[in-house]
Amino acid sequence: MTADSALSPRPSPLKGEGSLVLVLVEQSEGRATDPSLQALTLARSFGQPVHALLLGSAVDLDRHGVDVVHVAEHEALGAFAPDAWAATLRGLADRLQASAVFAAGTERGNDVMARFAARCALPLAANCTAVAPGPPVTLTRLRWGGSLLEEARLHSSRPLITVAPHAVPIEAAPSETKVEKFNPELTENDLRVRVAEHAGAAGGGISLTEAKVVVSGGRGVGSKEGFAIIEELAGLLGAAVGCSRAVTSAGWRSHTDQVGQTGTKIAPDIYIACGISGATQHMAGCKGAKKILAINADGEAPIMLSADYAVIGDLKEIVPAISAEIRAARATQADAPLPDRLPEGERA
Amino acid sequence: MSLRVLVCVKRVPLTGGRMVLTGDAQALETRHLGFTISPHEECGVEEAVRLIEANGGESVVLTLGPAEAVEQLRDAMALGIDRAIHLQTDGVEWDPEATAAAMLDAIRANESAAGPFDLVFFGNESADSGGFQVGARVANALGRPLVTGLKRVALEGASVRCEQEVEGGRDVYVVPLPAVLTVKEGLNLPRYPSVPGRMRAGRKPVAASTPSRPESRLELVKLVVPEGHGKRAEVLGNGPAAASAVVEMLRKIGVL
Ligand SMILES: Cc1cc2nc3c(=O)[nH]c(=O)nc-3n(C[C@H](O)[C@H](O)[C@H](O)COP(=O)(O)OP(=O)(O)OC[C@H]3O[C@@H](n4cnc5c(N)ncnc54)[C@H](O)[C@@H]3O)c2cc1C
Ligand SMILES: Nc1ncnc2c1ncn2[C@@H]1O[C@H](COP(=O)(O)O)[C@@H](O)[C@H]1O
Repeated sequence: MTADSALSPRPSPLKGEGSLVLVLVEQSEGRATDPSLQALTLARSFGQPVHALLLGSAVDLDRHGVDVVHVAEHEALGAFAPDAWAATLRGLADRLQASAVFAAGTERGNDVMARFAARCALPLAANCTAVAPGPPVTLTRLRWGGSLLEEARLHSSRPLITVAPHAVPIEAAPSETKVEKFNPELTENDLRVRVAEHAGAAGGGISLTEAKVVVSGGRGVGSKEGFAIIEELAGLLGAAVGCSRAVTSAGWRSHTDQVGQTGTKIAPDIYIACGISGATQHMAGCKGAKKILAINADGEAPIMLSADYAVIGDLKEIVPAISAEIRAARATQADAPLPDRLPEGERA
Repeated sequence: MSLRVLVCVKRVPLTGGRMVLTGDAQALETRHLGFTISPHEECGVEEAVRLIEANGGESVVLTLGPAEAVEQLRDAMALGIDRAIHLQTDGVEWDPEATAAAMLDAIRANESAAGPFDLVFFGNESADSGGFQVGARVANALGRPLVTGLKRVALEGASVRCEQEVEGGRDVYVVPLPAVLTVKEGLNLPRYPSVPGRMRAGRKPVAASTPSRPESRLELVKLVVPEGHGKRAEVLGNGPAAASAVVEMLRKIGVL
């Protein structure tokens, strides 16, 4: 332990002894990630005071209702080591006698909390959208990648919760945040699993997760070559190309293009789904889209119940016709502007 | 080098376009549905089969589920898995802690008879309940290293090199065997079962037992189908003639 934390007394809860809530906060480029701020928002409604754990370095959490930020410093925490994070979280939760522990339902959040839960032999509720203190704790969580909700009771002496990303809005709450540094105790086993190297992305193309427009093809596209018209339209719209699992299973496109529960989750301004029926597992990946246009031969396809707009007919005729129409419009408007981007603030 | 590899799969309904619940909202209405396993787990099965093809040894598939889940075990064996362990339930879902505990007992029993598994594969999360934890609980109890969410796995002598897809690239881990790995779709492109594969699967051994279910500490109260936007799509037109209406709509929403 550093002198810092050894000297400071155990902070006394502000509202009701024993309801201290500890939140694991992830950071990226010097700020807390949005899913972590969402987890903080939900945690604050669950209990107070709110303490946060950051690993490696501090970030500013003054506007998020955090009473104490604990910064874990250890030479081995330079590279991500999930067991070391779990050990650190456990040590701090025990020292603070935290009544509950929250994290974001991100890859890392879920991974670390599962390890933490296993170490303490406590139940874990992953990807919650609402939580109320108990006992027993009552909560709502996501199933099927968000296509189904589960209402559940969590029977636990220390509820462990991850919060589904983008299910809870971030609410600011000014606070006077104390920062305390400490050195976690880590064993050799805690460092057995750690990032040994980071390989850059293959690169090229517009990323599916960040694209403002996604043009996607399903089984209805018919073949690998059939994607030429999808790519053409995507090119004209500055869009990323996506696809359904029927397409990746057939080997027409790589899995990196797959939208859905077991593929990529996207949040474009518009999702143009061509020859995709709208299976729940596909729609789980494009729920974040502001608008959906379905191009489908079948006016009764399930996607018609989630799409905003539809064109009924053969995509092999419709998609090239849309491309031609865009080209024609651009040719008549000599100074046609490039595809517009919505201002950042207007994103969902 | 001869390996022992285990892969854990969960039987789930193929829900199609809509989620329909039973009257008591305790489960999905599955009377008219087929069943499958998660694409993540399918990739785990494929990886296990490839590892044994390349190195020799034995692959085993494990499930905890109703009697009908033998269908998913046969599917895995049709792709090349050698044998199966079936922990039979009455069809009521077990919570992730109880699932992990029963699977752990089965793994320990199998290992004491036939030797340790060099690798145990799980899906990153189950398709239906998505608890994100059974693999972590089993790995912790076995005291073996766990790496999650893998899109690439490669043996390097007595270690395994594991790659996760993360923002801006890949994170690489190298851990010693024996290890527990959770995997994601995209790890490989699973093969389709062959007719002889299906025939052979029918003759491969399935060891069944019936563990008893402990109380759930994560207790399901009821399922709820989230509300959609509650309206049908606005039809902009039929066939290629609709192109101008599409362009107009794209302008209206500001992407053109
Ligand atoms: C656990 C689990 C996870 C899954 N994860 C994913 C996932 O991440 N992503 C995913 O996509 N799927 C996923 N699936 C698979 C999913 O259930 C569906 O099987 C898949 O999405 C179907 O793809 P599709 O819509 O392209 O094909 P289909 O369902 O076969 O639909 C094809 C559509 O194309 C239309 N069509 C055909 N010809 C034409 C034409 N010429 N012009 C216009 N329209 C035409 C048809 O009317 C039909 O609606 C998952 C399944 C499971 C069980
Ligand atoms: N009933 C089950 N039978 C076999 N394997 C399971 C079962 N439940 C979960 N698993 C395995 O554990 C992984 C993670 O499950 P979960 O923790 O529920 O998300 C799944 O992808 C499976 O590999």
